[in-house]
Amino acid sequence: MADDWRSGGFGLYVHWPFCEAKCPYCDFNSHVSNNIDQKQWLTAYLSELRRSAVETPDRVLNTIFFGGGTPSLMDPETVAAVIGEARALWRPSNTMEITLEANPGSVEAGRFAAYRDAGVNRISMGVQALNDEDLRRLGRIHTVAEARAAFDIARDCFERVSFDLIYARQHQTLDAWRAELNDALSMAVDHLSLYQLTIEDGTAFADRYAVGKLRGLPEDDSAADMYLATQEICEKHGLPAYEVSNHARPGAESQHNLVYWRYGDYVGIGPGAHGRITVDGQKHATETQLNPQRWLDAATKGDGEKKRYVLSPKEQANEYLMMGMRISEGLDIGRWAALSGRPLSDESVDHLVGINMIERDNNRLRATPAGRAVLNAVIRELMG
Amino acid sequence: MKEQLLDSMDIERERGITIKANTVRIDYTADNGETYVLNLIDTPGHVDFAYEVSRSMRAVEGSLLVVDSTQGVEAQTLANVYQAIDADHEIVPVLNKIDLPASDCDRVAEQIEDVIGIDASDAIRVSAKTGQGIHETLEAIVHKLPAPQGTLDAPLKAMLVDSWYDAYLGVIVLVRIMDGTLKKGMRVKFMSNGTLHHVDRVGVFRPQMQMINSLGPGEIGFLTASIKQVRDTRVGDTITNDRNGTEVALPGFKPAQPVVFCGLFPVDSAEFEDLRDAIEKLALNDASFSYEMETSAALGFGFRCGFLGLLHLEVIRDRIEREYDIDLITTAPSVIYHVYMKDGAMIELHNPADMPDLSKVDHLEEPRIKATILVPDEYLGDVLKLCQDRRGIQMDLTYAGQRAMVVYDLPLNEVVFDFYDRLKSVTKGYASFDYQMTGYRQDALVKMSILVNDEPVDALSTMVHRDRAEMRGRAMCEKLKDLIPRHMFKIPIQAAIGGKVIARETLSALRKDVTAKCYGGDATRKRKLLDKQKAGKKKMRQFGKVDIPQEAFISALKMDG
Ligand SMILES: Nc1nc2c(ncn2[C@@H]2O[C@H](COP(=O)(O)OP(=O)(O)OP(=O)(O)O)[C@@H](O)[C@H]2O)c(=O)[nH]1
Ligand SMILES: [Mg+2]
Repeated sequence: MADDWRSGGFGLYVHWPFCEAKCPYCDFNSHVSNNIDQKQWLTAYLSELRRSAVETPDRVLNTIFFGGGTPSLMDPETVAAVIGEARALWRPSNTMEITLEANPGSVEAGRFAAYRDAGVNRISMGVQALNDEDLRRLGRIHTVAEARAAFDIARDCFERVSFDLIYARQHQTLDAWRAELNDALSMAVDHLSLYQLTIEDGTAFADRYAVGKLRGLPEDDSAADMYLATQEICEKHGLPAYEVSNHARPGAESQHNLVYWRYGDYVGIGPGAHGRITVDGQKHATETQLNPQRWLDAATKGDGEKKRYVLSPKEQANEYLMMGMRISEGLDIGRWAALSGRPLSDESVDHLVGINMIERDNNRLRATPAGRAVLNAVIRELMG
Repeated sequence: MKEQLLDSMDIERERGITIKANTVRIDYTADNGETYVLNLIDTPGHVDFAYEVSRSMRAVEGSLLVVDSTQGVEAQTLANVYQAIDADHEIVPVLNKIDLPASDCDRVAEQIEDVIGIDASDAIRVSAKTGQGIHETLEAIVHKLPAPQGTLDAPLKAMLVDSWYDAYLGVIVLVRIMDGTLKKGMRVKFMSNGTLHHVDRVGVFRPQMQMINSLGPGEIGFLTASIKQVRDTRVGDTITNDRNGTEVALPGFKPAQPVVFCGLFPVDSAEFEDLRDAIEKLALNDASFSYEMETSAALGFGFRCGFLGLLHLEVIRDRIEREYDIDLITTAPSVIYHVYMKDGAMIELHNPADMPDLSKVDHLEEPRIKATILVPDEYLGDVLKLCQDRRGIQMDLTYAGQRAMVVYDLPLNEVVFDFYDRLKSVTKGYASFDYQMTGYRQDALVKMSILVNDEPVDALSTMVHRDRAEMRGRAMCEKLKDLIPRHMFKIPIQAAIGGKVIARETLSALRKDVTAKCYGGDATRKRKLLDKQKAGKKKMRQFGKVDIPQEAFISALKMDG
């Protein structure tokens, strides 16, 4: 499948692993540290970029995404230098999307203009809740007022602004969530990531949950109701779900995340970053050193990668299925068959169509709204 | 010394019980200066293996009755003692575990006298843990138990006590010599079928195997004779010289008959041949375990297997799963019903799925048992209720001190499944239970089918009493509703007799199962997670589009009340 990745495009993910505080629900690779030598980090990023570019020559680079951690703690100069190097190493697309994740605090907002000048053209803010009590419960260090102020500054600086909210939180009712979501939609936002609170292994929430100290989480059924309400409200406001948890005004979808969901290629640099890159016609999964210091030492020497393996046809097909079914454009049946070496089971497809979990038209499969709510079950049924 | 020296099977060690009787020979120099050769057999206690006990009793002259002095007499103690009495044994009572603070030897000795009716005034007080009283026990064996009789220069007369397959030596035949001598190199005749064998090896267990040249009267040991299959040896057979042998064979044993049947199916139908292989191997060493091939519309190919009881069933199932690494679906255990047809014929029904068309059936009979239960009197009410709920008829109720002994006439099918578990749970573990088959009796029995998503699942069919059908049906539907995971669609679960639905539940559809975040960095982990879930799904059986977990086939039948 030498050129399969072209159907999904090519993106670059840059991981900044530091945060001012660790959030209790977050299972990302993030650390709290107060002596970070930004120059040294930049050197490491640049050497990793060069190493990756050698393997993926002559490609058009569609997107860059700075994720974390809290990349809004990066010096704008560091961001600028990374972007500059990427532009030099690959062929930048004319409409290259460059996103940076930001904490909606006042200090960060003060740097927004500088990020814009560095080349960032889209910002994604971790607002998480529009109520101070819940922000505190979620371990966030900003307030709603700060977030709103940061949002206004972002709106001035960037053409495209998105923010995240977490719902199905402790003690949250369906009505409270409806109101909060309507509130969010009344802001001049063109993209929202709306995540159901998930208790991830290895987080503080998971520990509390295990000992029964995380009370008031909604039951499955009311979580399902919240999910459906979310779809309906966003749709009504012109931000339909284009992915399980992502909503956008048509045209404002995250191009970078679509690379993942369309199962394109992506280079991942920074501690613990994953990549999928096609080299010599074979799709590889890559993974860098997880520990920031270890990564820094290795990456400075141009050796930040810890693990790499060739994905089998079955693994590729399952990944494409898992990703592709998340988005409203759905899965290309022919592409799936080419990846896996066999067609999707007619029996499974017919069954899922019959119970209204998916729709099939022409050469594509799409999850229906009901199917999307139980997407894991749909995927398991279709998996090879 | 190593713990559980004789309980050497994994299952025995894990469960802390004896399943297979084992022999040991020791040389003991008694206080009088003489050295005695003692031939000992350790037998299981559990009712399922009563057969092991009865044949062992026939191979020896006397018994040590070991009673836990912290617990007292149990129902199985009774059954085993009565076997020893039947075998004309001298019985030496031993009170064990005197090292424990809860030990109460006087009370237990009194109980032995009251409940069993044997003199316990000289009972030896022992701690197998500290060794206290062991010397006295060995002296008692020498002085109280009769020495074996037998004539050395008579023709060989040996009892075939047991046999099993050993990968290195072939079939090993455990024998007790009654008369004459068994020598390495001689030719012997198995009297039941007249087959002749050349004896390759003769030996004893100490408890490890030790080869010797010959065995004489009163001795227990083994022979090997290039016998390929355990089936070629019959337990209870008489072994003699090939020429001029004994005229009179020993009375022999009644072979143990399986009484509980269930289907064993591989979860993965590709493993059918492996399962066949495993079952054949296990059956080689266990004559009381029977099997025949079975096909189920729902489960595909498998085996209908017969067992001595539920523990036996569990043991075999565990061994297949563990020693042969095959995941199994076990269907509802059943007993053998006698189906009398209108044309006068009688059919033995081992599997409810094979129940003939009702219009042709005249009536059914089911096996009954006599159950003996010993229980502290504070729990007696719960035990009576349990027996009553299971269609029991009280036959006797007596007291010995604080303990009651109840005897019930019960249908075996009410007992095979979870009776013992329920009994233990309503009495906090204090009741003990033993039973014996008594015969067949007519009753109003019907076949109850279970329909999942409108399709009958034959492996869940059971025979029930008409009066209890609705309650059982409701209980099974409720259980299945909990056991079957939610699917993307709602699933009706029904119990029916003939075409008539008698209970119904609906398993509502799954509403939410989606990963909130899935980006580039999550791909590997989330894919692996789905892979694992998919593998879990494959461990379930599909009925139409419904996945039923393997444990559901058994758990659905468990009754809480
Ligand atoms: N404290 C103490 N524990 C003992 C003594 N004798 C046996 N036990 C323990 O009691 C348990 C049962 O012992 P077993 O020898 O397996 O009993 P058993 O009568 O052979 O049991 P079955 O073969 O299943 O009928 C084990 O946990 C032993 O360690 C003793 O004298 N003192
Ligand atoms: Mg034992």
